[in-house]
Amino acid sequence: MKQILELRVNGDRHEVGVPTHFTLLETLRYVLGLTGSKQGCDKGDCGACTVIVDGEAVLSCIMPVQEAEGREVRTVEGIAGRRGAHPLQKAFDLTGAAQCGFCTPGILCSALALLEVNPQADRDEIARALSGNLCRCTGYTKIFEAVLLAGQAMSSGREPAEIIGEP
Amino acid sequence: MAKLTGRELYVDDLPSADHLWGATVRSPSPRGRITAVEFDPSIDWSEFVIVTADDIPGRNAVFLMEYDQPALADGYVRHVHEPVVLLAHPSRDIVRRAAALVTVRVELEAPVLDFCAVPEAGGIQHGTDNVLKHILIEKGDIEAALAAAPIVVEGEYFTGSQEHVYLETQGMRAHVDGDVLVIQGSMQCPYYVVKALVPLLDRDEAGIRVIQTATGGGFGGKEEYPSMIAAHAALLSLKSGRPVKLIYDRWEDLAVTTKRHPSRVRHRTGVDSDGRLLAQDIEIVLDGGAYVTLSPVVLSRAVIHAGGPYACDAVRIDGRAMLTNSAPFGAFRGFGAPQAFFGLERHMDVVAARLAMDPAAFRRVNLIRDGQQTGTSQTISDGADRLEVLDTALAACRWGTRREQIRRHNESHPLAKRGLGLAVFHHGAGFTGNGEVMLQSVVHVAATPRGGVEVRAASVEMGQGTTTIFTQLAAERLGLDPDTVEVAQPDTHRVPDSGPSVASRTAMVVGYLVEQACDDLRRRLGLTDAARGDAVAEAIRTWYAAPGQEELVGEATYLQPSHVEWDEETYRGDAYGAFAWAAYVAEVEVDLKTYSTRVTDFVAVQEIGRVLNQTLATGQIQGGVAQGIGWALLEDFSWRDGAMQNCQLTNYIIPTSDDLPPIRVEFLETPYSHGAQGAKGIGELPMDGPGPAIANAVAHALGVPAVAIPLTPERLMAEHDGLAAREAS
Ligand code: FES
Ligand code: FES
Repeated sequence: MKQILELRVNGDRHEVGVPTHFTLLETLRYVLGLTGSKQGCDKGDCGACTVIVDGEAVLSCIMPVQEAEGREVRTVEGIAGRRGAHPLQKAFDLTGAAQCGFCTPGILCSALALLEVNPQADRDEIARALSGNLCRCTGYTKIFEAVLLAGQAMSSGREPAEIIGEP
Repeated sequence: MAKLTGRELYVDDLPSADHLWGATVRSPSPRGRITAVEFDPSIDWSEFVIVTADDIPGRNAVFLMEYDQPALADGYVRHVHEPVVLLAHPSRDIVRRAAALVTVRVELEAPVLDFCAVPEAGGIQHGTDNVLKHILIEKGDIEAALAAAPIVVEGEYFTGSQEHVYLETQGMRAHVDGDVLVIQGSMQCPYYVVKALVPLLDRDEAGIRVIQTATGGGFGGKEEYPSMIAAHAALLSLKSGRPVKLIYDRWEDLAVTTKRHPSRVRHRTGVDSDGRLLAQDIEIVLDGGAYVTLSPVVLSRAVIHAGGPYACDAVRIDGRAMLTNSAPFGAFRGFGAPQAFFGLERHMDVVAARLAMDPAAFRRVNLIRDGQQTGTSQTISDGADRLEVLDTALAACRWGTRREQIRRHNESHPLAKRGLGLAVFHHGAGFTGNGEVMLQSVVHVAATPRGGVEVRAASVEMGQGTTTIFTQLAAERLGLDPDTVEVAQPDTHRVPDSGPSVASRTAMVVGYLVEQACDDLRRRLGLTDAARGDAVAEAIRTWYAAPGQEELVGEATYLQPSHVEWDEETYRGDAYGAFAWAAYVAEVEVDLKTYSTRVTDFVAVQEIGRVLNQTLATGQIQGGVAQGIGWALLEDFSWRDGAMQNCQLTNYIIPTSDDLPPIRVEFLETPYSHGAQGAKGIGELPMDGPGPAIANAVAHALGVPAVAIPLTPERLMAEHDGLAAREAS
């Protein structure tokens, strides 16, 4: 059974035919071809599928797609602006916070949802915001560094590279 | 940046129109003869592609070291979840549901589930004793040394298994392109897949092309098991003539793929009253699971590291890997060494306590000095300052002061006990003994028409930074702008066999070959070794300016450094070309209301030859320490019939950002002459230290034995209650 839905993803409107049992993650990946959001467990346990819906980080693998209708969905593909990478992406790049990269799309979305409301979030607030996102590669230390750096950049309007004194 | 924008394509991200989805039907029983395979009649099975052992064109085995593990069980199963039937269908949901409607009936035979018990006659399934591999290392007269030693301390230590939990579950895509079977997927060792498929499919290497896709973590878990999944995807694709994707969900990945070998390690240690080691008698037993797979090599690394970075004249290390009816245990970062170090380094604290010596002081007395020999009689003379490694770690955590502060804290805090624990260890980089000679790794560096180069190696990027490191090495060797250096995607029809991406060998061994291949390219361009930068770029462009000019490729093949001599028979000699040296300190706080343990500080100091890239190296260490903390405290199993039962991330717990302290990393450098730019391998090293450092810290905090990990709240409570009971009586 399919149903026709109208979705807004990264500013684009899509009219899509989706099997009624599909989650938002399945729709993004297998209907819209937006494979940036990852599936690490499909049970709400790992955070790899995190996207931003109306400003809030949500687990797209357990959100029925109908619930996303009429709301603003943002995925990792929509984080960069027209003028290039977002400060959060630059901060991840500079600090080496993405290793295998599989957790990264979800972590970027969780972090962005936090920083857009509270760019001055401290380590504890970041830890809380990311506590649903597993990363097996980094030990999180560099992820914290990156999010702190991005927050500084977002609140000061300076480039992450400038803040840490990289050329 | 592709990883930060969602553009990186992992195997499940490859376009999926026109695909079939695969699924695997597995054994419900740990051991026995298959009496029937029943297909539920409520389903129209003609819609499905169905593959059984009968469809295998060649030899039914996933070859790695031996031909003993079938790709699909043929009449007999040796562990729960052993694959029996494969299905494929256009709908992923339907194929997964259908797999549950195929029933494999097995006439159960008594399984062997305890790797420490002597198997009963009916349980023998390998040789005469179920020993998959036995290794004995002997140095000096151990019995005489033990008899003469004024103090002998015994101990017995256990480590549990561990799941890799790479965030990307395993998966493969297979399709047929003309005469060539193409395999794409998440893997560490593209050529292992080729070597497994050649006999299984009865095809030659020209007919099998294996391409690694972006890989979401490996840690050893994508060393051997991908060959199994590739075999399955290939069989389904060959039978159907359609592309097939076989992607495991998290439950299946946790349940069926390889895991770390559980271990039991026993020590009998002779010391004198000054704390000098006089005798180390060590026994290691590993649970190998149902087939040989990599257990002999895992055991090899375990026994070689078992004596630790200490000098001792009388050493006996006896190691066995045992068959049990569990899914085979396999490669996992550290590869046997973490198990050996858990036993050794926990035991070192026990011995120090018996001597009433400070644990750091006891290790200092015995730490190997240049000119002294390891347990395999390998003379260490690398110029690295191991005492400095230890002292740097002790200084970073203010060892003496901190232990005293903790003592006072614990006196006044009945329910929150702190402890500080140390582990000192080493890790050999590259394949053991003559392994690298056997591999005969090759690397190509090809000149590209715009005046740059392309590095071609089979080493994969799985998050550890291979691409960055190879780019940096080639650019610096040739003086080229890194933007003109490319690294080829590992594709067995494009890159030579530079060996597997395992054993901390990529930067040190393969990176060194990248440098040699750069030198070879420069010679082929008619340049001297001094030529760099524009001179190289210009010569390349000139080469291609000539019409019809063929591609120019520099090549390098592995040559054993002349200082390495190894005897596989007696297990004596230079086990590794180089060792990295490390001292880790963990501080913990145990909450005696919940018995949960938090690591509150972690210091990781290591000497690794040369740091090629500070950011990547630090990230490797921090990630490995995090995995080690998980292994020590959180990652517990519930087993039934040799199969993992807690196959979800809600009941198999790995560390979250809330569970970890900032991990403080320091490097010391003494360049190694046969590593790229002087580097030694580091990928596995950080897995060795956290287990014993944390157990030592917990023992320091509570006075409990802490001889088995993971130190879960249940285990800790039992140990603590036991201690209280003993004190009361
Ligand atoms: S895939 Fe959604 S939480 Fe794991
Ligand atoms: S970078 Fe690999 S899981 Fe986070």
